[in-house]
Amino acid sequence: MITFSGVHKWFKQLHVLNDINLHVTPGEVLVVCGPSGSGKSTLIRTINQLEPINQGSLVVDGMDLSDKKIDINKLRAEVGFVFQQFNLYPHLSVIGNITLAPIKIRNTPKKEAEEQAMQLLTRVGLAEKRDAYPSQLSGGQQQRVAIARGLAMRPKIMLFDEPTSALDPEMIGEVLQVMQDLAKTGITMVVVTHEMGFAREVADRVVFMADGVILEEAAPEDFFLRPQHERSRQFLRQLLTPMQAECS
Amino acid sequence: MLNYQFDWSIITSGKYFDWLVAGLITTLKLSAISIVLAFVLGLVIAVMRMAHNKPVRWFAHAYLEFFRNTPLLVQIFFWYFGSYKILPAVVNDWLVSTNFEFAAAVIALTIYTSAFIAEDIRSGILSIPKEQMEASRSAGFSYLRSMQYIILPQAVRITIPPLVNQFLNLAKNSSLAMTIGVMEMTYQARQVESYTFKGFEAFTAATVVYLVLSILITTLVNTYNEKVLNLHKAA
Repeated sequence: MITFSGVHKWFKQLHVLNDINLHVTPGEVLVVCGPSGSGKSTLIRTINQLEPINQGSLVVDGMDLSDKKIDINKLRAEVGFVFQQFNLYPHLSVIGNITLAPIKIRNTPKKEAEEQAMQLLTRVGLAEKRDAYPSQLSGGQQQRVAIARGLAMRPKIMLFDEPTSALDPEMIGEVLQVMQDLAKTGITMVVVTHEMGFAREVADRVVFMADGVILEEAAPEDFFLRPQHERSRQFLRQLLTPMQAECS
Repeated sequence: MLNYQFDWSIITSGKYFDWLVAGLITTLKLSAISIVLAFVLGLVIAVMRMAHNKPVRWFAHAYLEFFRNTPLLVQIFFWYFGSYKILPAVVNDWLVSTNFEFAAAVIALTIYTSAFIAEDIRSGILSIPKEQMEASRSAGFSYLRSMQYIILPQAVRITIPPLVNQFLNLAKNSSLAMTIGVMEMTYQARQVESYTFKGFEAFTAATVVYLVLSILITTLVNTYNEKVLNLHKAA
């Protein structure tokens, strides 16, 4: 589904992705974690070319992203993206946010698009908010709408870039629940997150990155119980017992 | 003692009243057509000004500098007397048979005002967070489609106060069209004055008309803004 081969990316002098080799199989749920500045957000943003790569090859759903001739808009329509800051369209209602792309890109009739949107809203538990505007919703609700918006295009792949990092603690659960339900449907998911509980329960595989390099790639139980790399151990220690780590 | 005899009846009925009404209608038409065209052209130029394609961007930049920095009266004369000279005879004959003064005035007002509108809209576009563009691009919208559905609707909404100013300027600037013989409000007031020597009454009428027109434009746009756009207030 997604194959990185020798991918490099630089921001000016900064080597943000250094020789990334990674294969995501269809239906897999992959969690990417690592300290901030490790390149994990850049990695997920290369998959729909929000960030173009500088070297190597990246094939997504059979499309080679280094090929200038591909229609990137067509690929992006097949790949849902959920942002840390939700990025709903503030001038459109909830239903407007969800139906815009299906109506304008897929030419879905309005009525059909709205019916489908209502199904998705029901799925994320927000059917009664169909006519609300994003500013009237809490962060957790906005993020659930954003997930529904991504799903409205019936994507093959869903990408999540720290979907719960901007949320108040009591809202994290409702978003993770939606993502967990989604994972069961067999869609391919790549999730950048610090939610280790989610990784442990939902992920098929965990990738640990630091300084633009993939240091570890393992099944969740192996990663959490037997981390191979010193940096991973350090990272997990800090996440699980932040106070202790600071004192040591 | 004032020896000027006020005679308001001149402008409230009869032939001169009809002239003023005809002038008012022409001013309304001229302003309305030019406002709509200037707004659309302003949107286009604003988007071109921000395009990734360098020649497109430079063209828009040159357009803005050129039309913002030359007097409107010169531009009106240019379109009326200048464009005439370089057009093929067939086109000229057709233009003369239509209302060429009016067309030249519309072109000049539209282009001149569109340059100012484009700059206002551009600053509106720049104030929209770049994540909005990222969100719409990642949904599969092209750059132009993103502009159309996501960025411009938000940018125009926050640009409304400066846009009202541009619309008002255009309506008032339309009085310059009299210089090329468009029989709009100011032209007709001048006519009435020439025939009756009642300059005070004639230009009072014109003044009131422009004032009412300006207040009307402000009210219309603000009502639209409140009724339609502010319903969806951003966070």
